[in-house]
Amino acid sequence: MYLKKLALAGAVSLLGTTAFAACSYENDVPLKSLSAGFEAWKAVTDAMAECGNFQAELDQEFRTKQPAAFEANPSLYHIGGVSNGTITPLLNAETIRPLDDLVAKYGQNLSPNQLIRVDGQIMAVAMMVNTQHLMYREDIFADLGIETPSTWDEVFAAAAKIEEAGVVDHAIGATMKSGWNLAQEFVNMYPGFGGVFFNDDNTTAVNSDAGMKALATMQATLEYTDPEVLVSDSTYVQQQFQQGKIAMANLWASRAGAMNDEAESQVVGKVKMAAAPLAMDGGAPATTLWWDGIVIAANITDEEADAAFRLAMEGLDTEMVQGANEAAIWLVNGYQPGPLAEGAIATATANPAPPAYPSTTQMGLLHTALGNELPAFLTGERDAAATLVAVEEAYTTSAKEAGVLE
Amino acid sequence: MKFKTFFWFVAPSVFMMLLFIAAPLISVFIQSFQITQPVMQQVEVETCTPGFLTQTCVTETKTVPIIDEATGRTQTTTEWVGFQSYQNVLQMDKFWSAIGSGNWGDILQIDFWKALRFTLMFTLVTLPLVVGVGLMIALAVNNAAKSLRGPVIFVSLLPFIITPVIGSLSIYWLFVGDGILTATLERWTGQDIAMFAQAWTIELLMYFYRVWHVAPFAFVIFYAGLQTVNMDTLESAIIDGANRFERLRYVIVPHLMPLIIFIALIHLMDCYRVFDEIIGFRSQAHVISLQWLTFDFLTPDDAGNRAISRAAASAMLTMVGIVILLILPLRRTWRDHKRGAH
Repeated sequence: MYLKKLALAGAVSLLGTTAFAACSYENDVPLKSLSAGFEAWKAVTDAMAECGNFQAELDQEFRTKQPAAFEANPSLYHIGGVSNGTITPLLNAETIRPLDDLVAKYGQNLSPNQLIRVDGQIMAVAMMVNTQHLMYREDIFADLGIETPSTWDEVFAAAAKIEEAGVVDHAIGATMKSGWNLAQEFVNMYPGFGGVFFNDDNTTAVNSDAGMKALATMQATLEYTDPEVLVSDSTYVQQQFQQGKIAMANLWASRAGAMNDEAESQVVGKVKMAAAPLAMDGGAPATTLWWDGIVIAANITDEEADAAFRLAMEGLDTEMVQGANEAAIWLVNGYQPGPLAEGAIATATANPAPPAYPSTTQMGLLHTALGNELPAFLTGERDAAATLVAVEEAYTTSAKEAGVLE
Repeated sequence: MKFKTFFWFVAPSVFMMLLFIAAPLISVFIQSFQITQPVMQQVEVETCTPGFLTQTCVTETKTVPIIDEATGRTQTTTEWVGFQSYQNVLQMDKFWSAIGSGNWGDILQIDFWKALRFTLMFTLVTLPLVVGVGLMIALAVNNAAKSLRGPVIFVSLLPFIITPVIGSLSIYWLFVGDGILTATLERWTGQDIAMFAQAWTIELLMYFYRVWHVAPFAFVIFYAGLQTVNMDTLESAIIDGANRFERLRYVIVPHLMPLIIFIALIHLMDCYRVFDEIIGFRSQAHVISLQWLTFDFLTPDDAGNRAISRAAASAMLTMVGIVILLILPLRRTWRDHKRGAH
């Protein structure tokens, strides 16, 4: 009995050492990270954990914790996972450190494209790009003889045909859950019509012709979506796709891998990706470009920062990417773009290219104002012009409160 | 009881109440008249972000806070602004112009009034239902055979045990999209049903959920009260020829009146803070409540901004609302109390 236990313990400890073997060194500084919880972050933090002494917190609500946690001294986390939307408060409060010397020391495998520079200093290291682009059921489109839509007008024409054929419950799925998701739909559509978000004096410019057109397009979508679309977020749309209930959606590239997950999806191999549709001829695809990456806290010792960055580089190495190639559109060396990445690459390399989501204080305020005021328009309680006025007023109130406007 | 004994007996709880209720309340009250904001400056910043293959660099003027060299933190200023945050929440100018122009519906376009409309209606519609359903279950259990009472009490208490946000999520999952119940209803009626597509169906589900959740609480209290009904009075009422309904109306309900007031008090306080249903049902597009409004002001956006002052004002307004609602039942309890003392 005793021998058996001993043998078991030996086997377990052997398992432990093989896990460590995947990491090229052993980390002896206790480190913690806070990031979002989607598939790509799981792959990266798992790879970091192989070096030992590392605790990862994966939380979709990380954005509400991160600014305060990094402002603490010493910071509650050493490594942060951010995107171009959520890096703003960290940059503003200077709670993340410049990484130039660390990149010189450990970043031999990084490509220049990955280095996020603010005024010449490297403030973050990007690991992947993300964007909302068109996903569609290739089998349905082929059956009905529909070309891949490249503009929103073509999307609606295709949707009308699909609804007529009645092959799916709803032709279009949309991430229009009121709040952040719905606002993001507007933030995608509005620059597609050539709109700019702010005037030079920090007042908002959404109350414009492009704003009216963006709202009209969003309203036109409703005709082909689930009537409950104002509660549907990315996960819901992903599930609608997986269960064969919708035929197309302008959905995040980071969700593409789930379409071919045989444990969940009934449409394995049937969903194809294309560039985000154009809102108007000659415009950019109606979407915004995002990146996700890592930052290192400022309020930690230099030794900890050194260890944290070294560990992060271990998490962002070629080996990790080869194990999770389909989880994201990686920027890391060794990534093999597969068919799932076609749409995102077509979107990002389009000419003119869609804008990157702006990382500014004003954008955060405007995003909230849009998320709160747009639902009344889509439920029909308020017309488009009054809605844009309401967005403008809500933004002005909160911008004055935040000290952005006089 | 001697004053000293009494003092030491209540001192710990008074201390806790001062620390965890009074102090935060005072702090929120003060914050609702202040605005704290970072000191901003305009700077030219060049930002380089990755595309798929190459970077794009843009130089733009950004508004960023000034960092204090000494502390390493953002410089902030705090100003007294009087009732400005209250005005930002209430938007009285729009309120009066809506009334002036006769478009009463426009009032409900303003978040606060939209939330107040729902919160009040939710509170006042569920109150009689909770009391009524609770009383009915209590009477039914009281009249059930003794051997059945234990299991029946256990089963009727179950909804009350469930954590509110979990309960509301369960209802949401049962009805959203092709949830089990929606799918069943669709098969039954042959129509496409979308419970979360319009405000009134969402509100109906919310009323149903709240009554289902809280009625067991009323039931337990009433059931205890029923055990103390004076049997002599009840028997003499039977001899006088009173039927079941008359006995309920003239003997049982008057006896339970203090308990009904008690349940009404608790229910008004709880319901006015309705929040879990909004989050669980994701109903923000159609229906919002006052407590949700405060939560929304407090939630930071991606850039880390929170509307603390407006959240404080909205929280104070919620408290004022509860106090106004409670005046009526409290006055009655006070009168009964004084009458009882004489």
